[in-house]
Amino acid sequence: MAHIPDGVLSLPVIAAGGAGAAIGLALGLRALDEREIPKTAILAAVFFVASLVAVPVGPSSVHVLLGGLMGLVLGVRAFAAVFIGLVLQAVLFGFGGLSTLGVDTLNMALPGVVLASLARPLLLGASPARAGVVAAVVAALAVFGTAAGVSAALALSSSDYVPALKIILLTYLPLAAVEAVITGFVVSFLARVKPEILPVLQPPEIRP
Amino acid sequence: MSEGLACSLAPPSRAGLDRLDGRVRVLAAAAAVATILALGSPVVLTLALVLGLGLALLSGLSGRDVAARLVHMEGFLLVLLVVLPLTAPGPTIALGPVALSQPGLDHAILVLLRVNLCALAILTLLAGLEPVHLGHALARLKVPAKLVHLFLFSARYVAVIGEEAGRLHEALRVRAFRPRTSLHTLRTLAYFVGQLLVRAFERAERVDEAMRCRAFAGRFALIADARLTRLDALFAGGLAIGLAGLLLLDRLA
Repeated sequence: MAHIPDGVLSLPVIAAGGAGAAIGLALGLRALDEREIPKTAILAAVFFVASLVAVPVGPSSVHVLLGGLMGLVLGVRAFAAVFIGLVLQAVLFGFGGLSTLGVDTLNMALPGVVLASLARPLLLGASPARAGVVAAVVAALAVFGTAAGVSAALALSSSDYVPALKIILLTYLPLAAVEAVITGFVVSFLARVKPEILPVLQPPEIRP
Repeated sequence: MSEGLACSLAPPSRAGLDRLDGRVRVLAAAAAVATILALGSPVVLTLALVLGLGLALLSGLSGRDVAARLVHMEGFLLVLLVVLPLTAPGPTIALGPVALSQPGLDHAILVLLRVNLCALAILTLLAGLEPVHLGHALARLKVPAKLVHLFLFSARYVAVIGEEAGRLHEALRVRAFRPRTSLHTLRTLAYFVGQLLVRAFERAERVDEAMRCRAFAGRFALIADARLTRLDALFAGGLAIGLAGLLLLDRLA
């Protein structure tokens, strides 16, 4: 849904998206201790598998993006998880764009990463119910952030695309609602069952 | 992956293409996409589409695989293609009661051709490439080692997590769960994702401990004696001539 295929965007937008995603990936990889590689990779695999599940919405169905949840669980490493998911999608199913890999990574990862870090003060030591509500808001806003990114990429590519954007933006509303509810329940579940997965719930470690 | 979960099946790996070096396939796909984006003439793009379809079928993809991929279009692309001719400024042509904008129509046709061609190039050249081979190819193309290792691990664990998801899905079905548009469905799916995360996290801790016991410090030896063969050179040369020819035709057109 947030994937922009090759052939739609203009070259400057592709280049800017690539540069932005490269910065995000570099930050994510720098934050990643080499010994954390297996854990991060396994979580990235979960997000990939979860995004294949079709959630019914009326007569149609949506696939969740889980950008907000990835930001909450992985932090800045979400850039790497999203990028890997996109590459896997290309080799396993032949879907997705190659030139738009950067733009797509940025659109899906950046809102979640930023919003999760902004929500951190609200989540520190929060009860499971409260964490769920905050996470739901983060997830909904992350979807809107992704929608804004997709719109910006299209609008900057060609002014001819602008009229279509209003319709496209409407299609993100049900997704935002679905993601908010799912992420809210996932986070309150994790806060009760396995809070270690959610580093945002815990005070930052003091490293020697 | 379990039925009911996977939204589409992977195209089969193809013997002919699998004899090529992974690096050649990655670079070939990138070169093909870059060339397609540089083409501006609808006639040349149509010619490229015909050639591309021929090559895709020649590579061992079935007509059904290709059709399934090309029909699966992103929703917003469909909206874009319908709205462009109706709203773009410029001279219009009357088609019954609706006035279609000529530049908008041209733009929509160009986008449609480019999108399909790029999808075809990725499907033909990249899809079906073993993730492990892709990981090795990326390492040889100087992609950062951490990213390559993450990719290799993820690719390995997607299958494992997929099986785990299949077991959870079965447990849901045994309890007569049917996805509907309801809060109950959303909550159930949320617990599904949550449980998947918990199990994966616990698995990751076991894997992590096992790897540390075996002195893993963040990198594997990527052992592959992949050398570029004459077949790779032939393929790369042929593709380069083809793409250059298309670019030349496009400049002349």
